[in-house]
Amino acid sequence: MNISEQKTILRVNQLCKVYQMGEFVVHALKDVSVDLHVGELAVILGASGSGKSTLLNIMGGLDTASSGDVFYESENLSQVSERQLTNFRRNHVGFVFQFYNLIPSLTAKENVALVTDIAPDSMDPEEALELVGLKDRINHFPSQLSGGEQQRVAIARAIAKRPQILLCDEPTGALDAATGKLVLSVIERVNSNTGTATAIITHNAAIGSMGDTVFKMSSGEIVETIHNEHRADLASIDW
Amino acid sequence: MRALNKKLLRELWHLKMQILSIALVVATGIMSVITMRGTYESLVLAQETYYARTRFADLWAPLVRAPLTLLEKIEEIPGIEQVDTRITLLATLDLEGLDMPAQGRFVSVPESDRPILNDINIKEGRYLAPGAPDEVIISEKFALARNLRPGGQVRVVINGRSRELDIVGIANSPEHSYAVPPGALFPEDERYGVFWMGRETLAAAFDMDGAFNELVSILTPEANPQAVMRDIDYLLEPYGGLGSYLREDQLSHQILENELTENRIMGTVIPAIFIGVAVFLLHLVLGRLITTQRGEIAVLKAFGYSNFEVGRHFLMFAVTAALIGTLIGSLGGYYLGRGMISLYIQYFDIPDLSYRLSFSLLFIAFLVSFLGACSGALSAVKRAVSLPPAEAMRPETPAKFTAGPFERLGLGRMLSASGRMILRNTERKPVQAMLSSVGVALSLAILLVGMFMFDSINYMMDLQFRRIQREDITLTFKEVVPESARFDLAHIEGVTRVETYQSIAARLRAGQRQQEIVVQGLDPQGRLRRIINANGDEVPVPSSGIVLSALLARRLDVQNGDVIEIEWLEGKRKTNELQVVGVIDDFIGISAYMSKSAMRINSGESPVISGAFLNVDKLQQAGVYAELKEIPAIAGVAAPETMLASFEEELAESILISAGFLVGFASIIAFGVIYNGARISLSERGRELASLRVLGFHRREVAVLLLGEQALVTLLAIPFGYVTGYGLSGFIASSIQTDAYRIPFIADPQTYIVATTIVILAAVVSAWAVRRRLDHIDLIAVLKTRE
Repeated sequence: MNISEQKTILRVNQLCKVYQMGEFVVHALKDVSVDLHVGELAVILGASGSGKSTLLNIMGGLDTASSGDVFYESENLSQVSERQLTNFRRNHVGFVFQFYNLIPSLTAKENVALVTDIAPDSMDPEEALELVGLKDRINHFPSQLSGGEQQRVAIARAIAKRPQILLCDEPTGALDAATGKLVLSVIERVNSNTGTATAIITHNAAIGSMGDTVFKMSSGEIVETIHNEHRADLASIDW
Repeated sequence: MRALNKKLLRELWHLKMQILSIALVVATGIMSVITMRGTYESLVLAQETYYARTRFADLWAPLVRAPLTLLEKIEEIPGIEQVDTRITLLATLDLEGLDMPAQGRFVSVPESDRPILNDINIKEGRYLAPGAPDEVIISEKFALARNLRPGGQVRVVINGRSRELDIVGIANSPEHSYAVPPGALFPEDERYGVFWMGRETLAAAFDMDGAFNELVSILTPEANPQAVMRDIDYLLEPYGGLGSYLREDQLSHQILENELTENRIMGTVIPAIFIGVAVFLLHLVLGRLITTQRGEIAVLKAFGYSNFEVGRHFLMFAVTAALIGTLIGSLGGYYLGRGMISLYIQYFDIPDLSYRLSFSLLFIAFLVSFLGACSGALSAVKRAVSLPPAEAMRPETPAKFTAGPFERLGLGRMLSASGRMILRNTERKPVQAMLSSVGVALSLAILLVGMFMFDSINYMMDLQFRRIQREDITLTFKEVVPESARFDLAHIEGVTRVETYQSIAARLRAGQRQQEIVVQGLDPQGRLRRIINANGDEVPVPSSGIVLSALLARRLDVQNGDVIEIEWLEGKRKTNELQVVGVIDDFIGISAYMSKSAMRINSGESPVISGAFLNVDKLQQAGVYAELKEIPAIAGVAAPETMLASFEEELAESILISAGFLVGFASIIAFGVIYNGARISLSERGRELASLRVLGFHRREVAVLLLGEQALVTLLAIPFGYVTGYGLSGFIASSIQTDAYRIPFIADPQTYIVATTIVILAAVVSAWAVRRRLDHIDLIAVLKTRE
């Protein structure tokens, strides 16, 4: 079945984001519209400053738009309260950040538990870590883990709540190619196995081929949307 | 346990030094409240209980001799609730192993029943038995000093007859809790005690059958004390009334009240400063601590933790510090309070005086610290959670640096690159730098307040014992003796100079106001006892007119040059008018001085003397004492030097305790501010400093950058601390001023140096603690983390 025939889980409609930077007005997003479907793996591609992180932040309820709407299923997130936005993140969204953002004072398992403690229908933290291949590292502190391992803990932490949406902001940005691929394969496996709608932000064009859909961004606008017939095998991707 | 709680525990452990230093600041605040205010409350409670139990009088009226039949008339005076009479006299004690003559104040008590007023509190032994004329109860301090116990004996000379008395009891009384021998300023328990004896025995010995020489009374609540005093004085005048006085002028009460006033003010002002500083520090330190956790706050929010959950998590840092501080503070305060009270027990005879920990006080102290901690943390938490999580994920935008005013003035060129970095960092966050400076300044101020106090006491003592009382021995006679007695004194071997004085009780009147006082008649040519004002300047004894102390002048509402009426209360009891020829600003009590000759002309008294000031050859001092002991007319012998020595000994102990207290408190505060400031700077600027290390800076150079800021903060704090300390001390000195005495405000330059040194030492220790941490900074790890 074509992925675009699946149910739309997140709809971004004519989103604008304007920042005031000192004396300048910066248009970070200009009329951006994006749909994310159940089971879809979308890649948002763009150079630094193209507005992709801003888009991801707004999609995940981390930030609010200046105008336009974001619908999660039928709920318009641009009109809900701060409290409801918190609940949206708490129950439906998993985040993976470029710099992992693990809590240094907590072990891998405890970092995952930080999320499972508050999410209603979550996995066991150990199960989540097993999914990312870190079963034997569960009691290590972030400082005892490599970058790739830390990012996999971050992925485990993001998926442990069984989110409907997984948002990854430059997940390989701080990693070498081999480790980056490993991390991407984990994300892909989660996406395939759980059907979680996933959006990956990257500046690396090669990664685009692994997605169902690629949104190319430049200067706050989506300049091209590509629908891949087939996702490329990660092994065939090089950068 | 929830992951968030684990995070809290681990991070509390990681920040243990910072949390502990904050907790210690809270502890000092709580400790000062529990100790000082707690001591005050315990003293007040013990005083009230004691006064009520012994039926402590409101009014005293000493006189020469009046028949008991007068009592009926006195009882009719409106405003009098209860009245009691007694016989009280001084007698010489025959004690072994004492150079200076010893005295006993003999006070009559009923043989069968307890006294109606001014009862005694028996500590050991029993009350007198009827029909046992040789039984006596002695005061506790004296018994302790002389090692006397019930069952023992004491030899006294009553009315020229030596007599052996049986000690049956040891007691104390609020009237004599501070027992000062005649002519002295401080208690001398070795050679002065109170002796309670059966009324009939004393009456027989002193020819007071059916008569009394002192009246005590309790007034009704609605009585007008001035009117009662006037009526009593009128009735007692034909019987040699020496002027009645109220409880507020009773020595033991006055001393205790002064102590309580001082305690109340110190117990309010000092803890207020400490708690204020603690709250301020909590605000400062927790605020910065939380600011450094922006990233984590953002992550928690991104995962869906609510503002409330995040806020509560970070507030727990503050609450933990406040709780640990309260625990340490209340335990420490309790022990210190008990220590303080045990000092007071040595000082005052108050039964049942024990330290009572007031839970309401503890609760208030905790609440204030707790709220302070929370308010400090809250504003920072609020700032952090109010940012949209995406915003908080990014590090704070690089701070804008510009050349500050210092550099714009062109002075920047004088500085090295490091100097400029330190300066710009400080100028960039002027409020933070200023607040840290204020914290350090307050610790300096606290030290100065405490130390100025001792400077003042030293000044007063020096004035009293080295400039006013320059004699070696002060003599008081039982009754006046002819002026010619000075020649007898001069003949004693070892006496090098004799000056005499005459003192006469008098009532001074100016308009509606009046005051009883013993007027001192001095020798205008005298060198041993002079009139000295607060500045230490000598005021010559005028050949005519009267000199009043400022306090007395204020009570009478008169000024230099005014004319007052004086009614002499002894001898011919003449009344005449006198011009006030001087008002001197002095420290203790009220006093009035005249020249001896002017006094005699005015009062119509013959040339007699009440006492003498002697200078003696140090080598022959013991011989002089031995001779003086043989002279029956002498009631009291005091040596200013001994008084000063005993006072200084007592003072040294309390200085040591209070100084330890203050130095500890101030150091903790200075350490808390500087250590936390540097630690937080380290976490805020770890990356920058690590980068410099990568670029080839040495550890020392990097340390200079970080600690230079703290040094600048400390240096800026010093002048501010001086001003604050000076102002606060002045404020405390003026608050402590009571009707009876005031404390001069003296700031010894040396004190500034000592206090500054202590604060700088605390700064160096905290810098050293942070420097160790800085030396172990992991360069690679710091650079690997996100910008």
